[in-house]
Amino acid sequence: MVDPTKKTPENKVRPPERQYPDPKAKLKQEPPTTGHSWDGIEEYDNPMPRWWLWLFYLTIIWALIYMIFYPAWPLVTRATSGILGYSTRAEVAEDIDRFNERNEVWFDRLVEADLAEINDDRDLQSFAVNAGAAVFRAQCSQCHGTGGAGVQASGFPNLLDDEWIWGGGIEDIHQTVRYGIRNEDYPDARWSEMPAFGRDEILNDEQIDQVVHYVLQLSGQEADGELAEAGEGIYMDNCASCHGDNGDGDTFVGAPPLNTAVWLYGGSYEDIRETVVNARFGIMPGFDGRLRDAEIRAVAAYVHQLGGGQ
Amino acid sequence: MSTSDDTPQLYAAREPIFPRRVSGAFRTLKWWLLAVMLGIYYVTPWIRWDRGPEMPDQAVLVDLANRRFFFFMIEIWPHEFYFVAGLLIMAGIGLFLFTSALGRVWCGYACPQTVWTDLFILVERWIEGDRNARLRLYRQKWNVEKTRKYGLKWLVWLLIAVATGGAWVFYFTDAPTLLRDLVTFSAHPVAYTTIAVLTGTTFLFGGFFREQVCIYACPWPRIQAAMMDEDTITVAYREWRGEPRGKLKKGQAAPEGSQGDCIDCMACVNVCPMGIDIRDGQQLACITCGLCIDACNDVMDRIGKPRGLIGYLALSDEVRERDGKEPISPWKHVFRLRTMIYTVLWAGIGVALVVALFLRTDIDMSIAPIRNPTFVVLSDGSVRNAYDIRLRNMHNEPRQFFLTVADNPSIRLTIEGAPGQLVSVDPDQQLNQRVYLTAAAGTPAARGEQTPVQIWASVIDGTTRIFGETVFNGRGQ
Repeated sequence: MVDPTKKTPENKVRPPERQYPDPKAKLKQEPPTTGHSWDGIEEYDNPMPRWWLWLFYLTIIWALIYMIFYPAWPLVTRATSGILGYSTRAEVAEDIDRFNERNEVWFDRLVEADLAEINDDRDLQSFAVNAGAAVFRAQCSQCHGTGGAGVQASGFPNLLDDEWIWGGGIEDIHQTVRYGIRNEDYPDARWSEMPAFGRDEILNDEQIDQVVHYVLQLSGQEADGELAEAGEGIYMDNCASCHGDNGDGDTFVGAPPLNTAVWLYGGSYEDIRETVVNARFGIMPGFDGRLRDAEIRAVAAYVHQLGGGQ
Repeated sequence: MSTSDDTPQLYAAREPIFPRRVSGAFRTLKWWLLAVMLGIYYVTPWIRWDRGPEMPDQAVLVDLANRRFFFFMIEIWPHEFYFVAGLLIMAGIGLFLFTSALGRVWCGYACPQTVWTDLFILVERWIEGDRNARLRLYRQKWNVEKTRKYGLKWLVWLLIAVATGGAWVFYFTDAPTLLRDLVTFSAHPVAYTTIAVLTGTTFLFGGFFREQVCIYACPWPRIQAAMMDEDTITVAYREWRGEPRGKLKKGQAAPEGSQGDCIDCMACVNVCPMGIDIRDGQQLACITCGLCIDACNDVMDRIGKPRGLIGYLALSDEVRERDGKEPISPWKHVFRLRTMIYTVLWAGIGVALVVALFLRTDIDMSIAPIRNPTFVVLSDGSVRNAYDIRLRNMHNEPRQFFLTVADNPSIRLTIEGAPGQLVSVDPDQQLNQRVYLTAAAGTPAARGEQTPVQIWASVIDGTTRIFGETVFNGRGQ
């Protein structure tokens, strides 16, 4: 082991002019140690290389230059701005502007294109779907869900299935997005109206019971045959004008089909009865004026390709 | 810098090293290795390889823009990166193997830092002369001769450095095109920047930093120490034979037994590119380049002593020789359990990669089920799942794929936005396609929780087909 008291600080590893070592000295003199010892392992106290020191000074100089040119010192509300006035936020804003500018060409094409032709142009459709997806996430997903599945049996329509209240062509979807459903803001908004047969005492309890059983039968569910038979007449008199003789529905007036497995407010006896007694409607805001023309078209194209487009 | 001062020094200037010229078996081997390795590095990007029209004809090309890696007849796509990972693992195990068998043989013979430093020292010697001339020139004041020689040396170094950085960029794009662009100053700024950075590092590391990279910067020497054992063959000084060392006086033999074989001629120290004395024993700075062996053997020949005062030696042999026993054969050191295990691992991965290379198809499919929502009930009561399918056509012609569901007649496959079940993928491209699987109302798949399904993609010329496995989510009734 090294005895630090006996060592002179012999730090020069090997001078260019070599002093030949004393042949009798078997080992060269060792440099001093730091005095630390870990399990008998000691650490030499060698000086660091000079270039390393230079790098250390360089980093200090670099830090000073950086403080002058870039934001550095935190103040109360913001940091010193540096003479270059650089900010990452401004850089992001610039990037966004640049992308927007690049997208402008596509937005123009989207506005000029015939809606029905968007799907024929693969590049344009791809742009519309991607742009529409962004709009959908920001504006539509609150009700229709991020995946477009709506909220099952709670009045927020599923946009993925093949049933549409107001039509599933891209023109229909575009119309719905632009003006919305049952809102007073747009005179062109689609408007459906179902009477509250129970609340307004148009039908009595027994008649309602019968017509609900008829609707259950229409949709292929389990129903009381006698009650349903009695309900057929009531249905034809009160419901068929909108929902159709066979329960096919009518997208022109926004009457959903009643002979399918898809239900906006649920298809059980209790759910249907509630709908007949009180009438239930959805309401959707229009986006004309809130979104750009191109964005409305893009979101229509996006919804159209979610799986239910007609 | 005073050496007798008691105050500790905060820094130490680098002691310049002027390795003397040496010749011998290891030096010759190193020259050959240097020529071969530099040759491979500089020539490889210029080898052409015909892959047909529209495809790059460079044998080795890392095409970052199109995300392809070409190596002669092999083309690697990003999703096949495991080939590269496998090669890196092989390189790693290869290093373990060589280090446990032959010590720091990588450092001494194959490391770019060693090879380029060797080349730079060669240039230095051509221009300034051997060790003593270089020392003299280093110590003398700046004059016309020193300026001329140093200037010329730096110029040649710089040219080598530019060629080094220049060769590197050719691996990443078509070499002849890039060369034309480079000399007409129309290449991409990234190319110039890369060349500038590599020129700078080559010039600095090869010309001035040299052994300091190994001693201060490189992690490899530290790791290697953990991989060597008593059977590892390294460069060692046979101190029991050499000591006590002493000068040999002309025509006057030292008394028998009073002096070892080492005549303290400093030949081993003077040729060392790391500036160390191998007679101090194994040390961190030794890269086991073997030049001291050449130097010492030369001296031993001249004074009529047997060679091998400095030689490749295993630690266990050191003990045996000290006790006057015969050393174990080097082959026994090299072929031991540890190196065998490394070799088997290394070869195993290699064989697996080659098998994988020949088994891979030139089409590929991956299936990502859409889980938001997991299923959709359609108006007729059937249940539909959606999947994003990624089809890759790694072929140089367009291909049509016929998509089907295997072994489940109640599930129907349809393609978003198009009739039929055919999908066309352009040559050398991949396509993302939404497909739907629909299970008719009341079938087990529609009613159950999850049904495993296989989706097959068959090339319509009937040559190849592949499948992917996924699940179909039912209503869970």
